[in-house]
Amino acid sequence: MLLTEIAEELAFAWRILPELMKGLVVTLELTGLSLVAGLVLAIPVSMLRTYTRGPLNWLATAYVEVFRGTPLLVQLFVVYYGLPEMGVVWSRFFSAWLALTLNSAAYQSEYIRGAILSVSEGQLLAARSLGMPPIQAFRWVVLPQALRLALPAWSNEVAYMVKYVSVVYMIAVQELFTRAQGIISRTFKVWTPLLEVAVVYLAVVYLVTRLMDSVERRFRIPGLEGGVERREMV
Amino acid sequence: MPQPILRIENIHKAYGKTQVLRGVSLDVYPGEVVVIIGPSGTGKSTLLRCVNQLTVPDQGRVWLEGVELTAKGTDINKARERIGMVFQDFNLFTHLTAVQNVMLALTKVKRMRPEEARAKAMAELEKVGLADKADLYPAELSGGQKQRAAIARSLAMDPEVMLFDEPTSALDPELIGEVLEVMRKLAEEGMTMLVVSHEMGFAREVADRIVFLENGVIVEEGPPEQLFQDPKQERTREFLWKLTELYGNHGGSRSRRRPGCS
Repeated sequence: MLLTEIAEELAFAWRILPELMKGLVVTLELTGLSLVAGLVLAIPVSMLRTYTRGPLNWLATAYVEVFRGTPLLVQLFVVYYGLPEMGVVWSRFFSAWLALTLNSAAYQSEYIRGAILSVSEGQLLAARSLGMPPIQAFRWVVLPQALRLALPAWSNEVAYMVKYVSVVYMIAVQELFTRAQGIISRTFKVWTPLLEVAVVYLAVVYLVTRLMDSVERRFRIPGLEGGVERREMV
Repeated sequence: MPQPILRIENIHKAYGKTQVLRGVSLDVYPGEVVVIIGPSGTGKSTLLRCVNQLTVPDQGRVWLEGVELTAKGTDINKARERIGMVFQDFNLFTHLTAVQNVMLALTKVKRMRPEEARAKAMAELEKVGLADKADLYPAELSGGQKQRAAIARSLAMDPEVMLFDEPTSALDPELIGEVLEVMRKLAEEGMTMLVVSHEMGFAREVADRIVFLENGVIVEEGPPEQLFQDPKQERTREFLWKLTELYGNHGGSRSRRRPGCS
C-alpha cells in the first residue's frame, strides 16, 4: 500500500531528524566561525590591496588569487592531508574551519576592497584635514561606510557558506551533509535522507537570507545604500 | 608689522609633466581674509592643499606660527587640528548625522568625552543655524546646509586658520547666500581665512587682500578696491572683466551660471 509506505518514510524521516539536527549545529558553527574569522582576516587584506604598493600588496594579491583560483576541496585537502606531512597536525574540525576561513577571507576581502574603492576620496581627505592619522581615518570614516556598502555582497557570502560547508564531508567532519551520507550508507535508504537534508538547507538559507535582510535594513543610512540591491536584480 | 600666522614660501608642485605651481609665496596675517582668484586649473586648490599638506609640495616651505609644517619630523596631524578646511564637495561623513560629523574628530582626535563633544558640536551647529538639523544625515540636508555643517565641523576643532576651497561652487544659486553669510560672520569674528572663490561680491566686501593666481604663479595681489578698480596687470584686468561678465556686475550670486571649477 502506497499510504503505508509514505507513512513509514515520514516516520523514518522523523527518526533521523535529531541526527541531522546535530549535523546542522556543526554546519552552523563552521559557517559562523569561518565567516567571522574570514571577515577579520579580510579587512587587513583588503587594506593592503588598496593602500599599499610593493611586497605587501603582492603578498595580499597572491593570497586572494590563489584562494579564489583553486577549488575549495583542494585547499581543504592541503590543510588536512598536506600540512600534517610537514608536521602540522590539527583536528578535523579545526582543519575544516581553517580552510573555509582562508577561502572565505579571500572572497570577502574582494567585496570589501570594492566597497572601499567606492567610498569617495573626499571622505578620507576630510578626515585627514581634521587631524586624524591614516589608521584612525580608515577606522572611523572609510571602514564603517565600506562595510555597509559590502553588506549585500556579504549576505550572499553567508548563503553560499552554509552550503559550501558540506565540502568538509570529504574529511568526515560530522556536519549536516556528512550525517545524511552516514544515514544513507547505514540504512540503504537514499531518497528520504537526501530530500530531507535538501529541505533543511533550503529552510536555513531562507532564514539566513531573511536575517541578513533585516540586518541590512537595520544598518541602512540615507545616501549610503549597498551597491546592488538583491531584490532589484530580477 | 605683526608676524604672519601663515607663511607660504616658494611652493612648487607638478603632477607628472604638468607644472601646477611654480614658486608661490604668500604671507597671511592674523585675522586677515585673503581671497584667491584665477582661471580653472591654475593651482588654486593645489595651493590650499599644500598648506595643510594634504598635497605634499615638490619644493617650498610652509610655516604656521613660526613652525615649519614642511619640515621632517613635524607632526602634521597635530598641525592640521589648527588648520580647518572646507571643501567644494562638502565631504561630510556620509554615515554620520550632522552632529556626529562635528563630534567625530572631537572624540577621536581631541579625545573629548562624548557628552562634552556633543555639547560643543551642538554649539557649533547652533552658530551656523543648524541646531534643528543636528540628527539628520548628510543626504537629508540641502547643499547649503551640508556646507554649513562642514564649516561647523572644522570650527569645532578651534582652528587658527581656515582654508576654504571653492565653498560655494557646488551649490545651487539660491543656497550660496547662507554659506557666504556664515563665512562673513566668521571673518567679522576675526578668523584668519584663506579662500579660493569666485564670489566677487564676497571678495569685495570681506577680503582684506585678493590674490590673482594664473599658471601657477601670483600675477598680482592687493586690496580689493585697488585690484577691482585699477589692476596693474593686463591679465588681471581681462580675467576680472570675464568674471564680471559671467557673474553679473557686482559679483554676488544673481543670475549666475556655473563655471568650470578648478
